[in-house]
Amino acid sequence: MIVIEDLWKAFGTQEVLRGVSLQVKTGEFVALIGMSGCGKSLLLRLLVRLMRPDMGRVLVDGHDVSKMPREELEMLRSRVGYVFQNGALFDSDTVFDNVAFPLREKTRWSETKIRSKVLAELDLVGLKDAERKYPAQLSGGMRKRVALARTLVRAPEIILFDEPTTGLDPIVGNSILHLFDSVHKRLNLTGILVSHEIPEIFGIVQKIAMLYEGKIVAVETPETIGTSKNAVIDQFVHGKPDGPVHY
Amino acid sequence: MTNCLIDFGAQLIDLFIRAGKASLFLGKAIVCSVTTPIKFGRIIEQIWFIGWKSMPVVCLTGAFTGMVLALQGYPSLRRLGSEALLGPLVSLSLISELGPVLSALMVTGRAGSAITAKIGIMRINDEIDAIELMGLNPMRYLVVPNLIAFLVAMPLLAVIFDVIAIFGAYLVGVRVLGMDGAAYFGEMSNYVVLHDIMSGIYKSMSFGALIAWICCYKGFNCRFGAEGVSAATTDAVVGASVLILICDYLITSLIN
Repeated sequence: MIVIEDLWKAFGTQEVLRGVSLQVKTGEFVALIGMSGCGKSLLLRLLVRLMRPDMGRVLVDGHDVSKMPREELEMLRSRVGYVFQNGALFDSDTVFDNVAFPLREKTRWSETKIRSKVLAELDLVGLKDAERKYPAQLSGGMRKRVALARTLVRAPEIILFDEPTTGLDPIVGNSILHLFDSVHKRLNLTGILVSHEIPEIFGIVQKIAMLYEGKIVAVETPETIGTSKNAVIDQFVHGKPDGPVHY
Repeated sequence: MTNCLIDFGAQLIDLFIRAGKASLFLGKAIVCSVTTPIKFGRIIEQIWFIGWKSMPVVCLTGAFTGMVLALQGYPSLRRLGSEALLGPLVSLSLISELGPVLSALMVTGRAGSAITAKIGIMRINDEIDAIELMGLNPMRYLVVPNLIAFLVAMPLLAVIFDVIAIFGAYLVGVRVLGMDGAAYFGEMSNYVVLHDIMSGIYKSMSFGALIAWICCYKGFNCRFGAEGVSAATTDAVVGASVLILICDYLITSLIN
């Protein structure tokens, strides 16, 4: 279970997060929506201590992430999968080597066992034939799928997706979202998905949290969000030009 | 006046903070290189990249440096009636001074800049964060192999630079200007002692560590965007080059 309590983060005089609180239960898949630059990706980074909050805390299974000693943090990170917005693939390695990297470094598996595991994951994301290609030879959608395979190969319990469908055409974007959905259901992962893909994401998450002006202004279910009484959510979800959201 | 003092003070504090962060980075790299298993494959890769691929530029610079030394030194020595000392003049200035410094400056421009740019691009593409999120230490993959590779490759490159430069000076001094070849090498062996060779080796190793430190640090702390990578690369090359010259003076004064 992930508990975010009154999280604050500023860069100089610019306060990005101003008391964010959110709970994600074990096995739950939550979408985080909000305006561009409102701090959604920053929130994900704080969850895994790529940055430290100015105030507040993040608890993962009751343990405060910002106070964890290095060893405990590394153990937590090995339980967390993070799919970056751009995939963060190693450009000088092939697709196979990218996916095999965490196994080669974190396990004592034989190369044969690593090979079969990597090919199984690549098969799962539909890229078994791309194992010898380099990231630069892949399309945006393929890169995201390789990034997902590299994350899944470590068998994480928690998975964080940072705008995984941004910049993709609707068909590829939807296929990636459905891939996430099937992975989530198959492995019963706890997940947070940062996305702007409305209403596509409503079909794959259990809750939707709206981040606005540094705070979570509402948490809705896919069933209730369309008729939400919250003016901010109503304007954002329906893409209305007029309303309380300033852009 | 007060504002000037405040600005000066703020810049001084900022300088100390940056120096402290860079020192901490070096400390972490050293600790990491002795506490974690060494990645031999990556070290060999980096020795090939830093050492082997810098050979053409180092050889070319060495050849022309030696040739210019002979061209400038021979007429001056001749005026003093000591033209036989061209060999010692060239070899001593090359082995303990010019060889390590010029080869280090060349390698900074060729390999150091490339390493800063590569690490910088990895930083802005979140690749370093991805390594960290796999529960791995990015220092072990990106800094330690470079540090060890520079320590190994730099003395070798400096020695190659010296040899090529000495032969370049021989070509100009003996073949072009007509100096006696036996005197060139004979006087050289009389004047050059082990201490000179070792001081050159120590210097080039220190310069190697310095280049690895500055270039990796700048890449790791690269700001975002193409402009960030460009600024980091420029800072790394300028910073490492200036520090090489300062370090050269300090080591020379310590050794002598």
